[in-house]
Amino acid sequence: MIELTGVHKSFGEKHVLRGVDLTIERGKSLVIIGGSGTGKSVTLKCVLGLIQPDQGSVTVDGLDVTKLRQGSSERDAFLARFGMLFQGGALFDSLTVWQNVAFRLLRGSLKRPTNEAREIAVEKLRRVGLTPDVAELYPAELSGGMQKRVGLARAIAAEPEIIFFDEPTTGLDPIMAGVINDLIREIVVEMGATAMTITHDMTSVRAIADDVAMIHGGKIRWTGPVSRMDSSGDPYVTQFISGSAEGPIETIR
Amino acid sequence: MRFLATIGATVLGLLAAIGRATRFGIETISHLFRPPYYPREVGHALLQIGFYSLPVVGLTTIFTGGALALQIYAGGARFSAEAVVPQIVAIGMVRELGPVLVGLMIAARVTSSIAAEIATMKVTEQIDALVTLSTNPMKYLTLPRVLAATLVMPALVAVGNIIGILGGYLVATGRLGFNEGTYLRNTIDFLELSDITTSLAKGAVFGFLAALMGCYFGMQSGRGAQGVGRATKSAVVAASVLILAANFILTELFFAA
Repeated sequence: MIELTGVHKSFGEKHVLRGVDLTIERGKSLVIIGGSGTGKSVTLKCVLGLIQPDQGSVTVDGLDVTKLRQGSSERDAFLARFGMLFQGGALFDSLTVWQNVAFRLLRGSLKRPTNEAREIAVEKLRRVGLTPDVAELYPAELSGGMQKRVGLARAIAAEPEIIFFDEPTTGLDPIMAGVINDLIREIVVEMGATAMTITHDMTSVRAIADDVAMIHGGKIRWTGPVSRMDSSGDPYVTQFISGSAEGPIETIR
Repeated sequence: MRFLATIGATVLGLLAAIGRATRFGIETISHLFRPPYYPREVGHALLQIGFYSLPVVGLTTIFTGGALALQIYAGGARFSAEAVVPQIVAIGMVRELGPVLVGLMIAARVTSSIAAEIATMKVTEQIDALVTLSTNPMKYLTLPRVLAATLVMPALVAVGNIIGILGGYLVATGRLGFNEGTYLRNTIDFLELSDITTSLAKGAVFGFLAALMGCYFGMQSGRGAQGVGRATKSAVVAASVLILAANFILTELFFAA
């Protein structure tokens, strides 16, 4: 279970998170929605320990993330439980596709022999709908949709317990976005993983989420099952899912 | 008062930046004593920084050695000392111009490339991706580059010194009428072992500074293309200035009477 309690984070004068309280049950898929610059990515990065909160606690199965020292074996073991799909893929340009996918399997505590790591990478690529001949290409040779799929294959390569997806469909055409949504849903169900996704894309929300949390003004405005999202009664959620310019969310931010 | 406040803020900002860079350097060195290590990355950096810099080092030093021979010949003629060309070319190249020119060329070629690469990795979240894949960016990106530059720079300086002396030799024997055998004998006889060792030591220090500045400014990069550009520019400027400052300090240390 992932639990954030009273998390605050500022960058200079900008107070991004103003007391985020959020719980993600084990094996559930939670999608965080909210406008640009409302703190969705910061929240996610606080859980991973990429950003240190100024105040509040972040625990994963009771383990306080903020107490883990950078570079310690405890932190490495903690991160080994996670997979992450970055918004732009964040693939390493200097490595081939299979080396990207098998990155974690080629070094560190999860290291496997090179041949085995390559086989796993090819299998994961197949799982996300890419053929083995893609394995030897470099990221720059791939389209945006293919890069997302490779990023997804890398996120699941070490079979993590928890997977984070940062805007998985941004920049993709509707068909490719649908393919990625279906893949995410299938993989999360198949692996029984806990998933946390941040997105603006309401089609993604409906395809991926068990639960939804709406963040606004650095706080969680509403949280509940996806089935109740349309009848939440919260004016912020209603405005956001309808994409209306009229409502409490200011359009000029 | 506002003028003084601006000066104060600039000085404080500069001191803070020096402090951050120093801490970054100490942290980089500390990773040398803490596994895991990435020998493959070190090998890759050795190739990129060392082998692929050979053409630029060779071209820079051969022309400088040739020009140095012409200058010393012309200058020496004012007091009938044209014969000192081999000795001055040798000492000038080995003690000063070799290490400094190679250092500055490495700052231009390698520091800029390291800073732009790491800054782009930061902007595109590849550094964050490394962390989530349980890989410390300081160990995986910084240490291999800094270590490789420190190890390979003495070799590049040695090559630069030899090619620089060769440039002087070609000009002196081809244009200025020096005897080939005498020129070489004068060069070899005049140089002392300490000239060579201090030259190589300077190279190691310059390599360390050049790669460290590339990594530091790359890691500190701001967002977007402008952030990458600014990081690259700052890295090259800082590396060049530090190399020249370190050269003065090391020369004072090694050669001051």
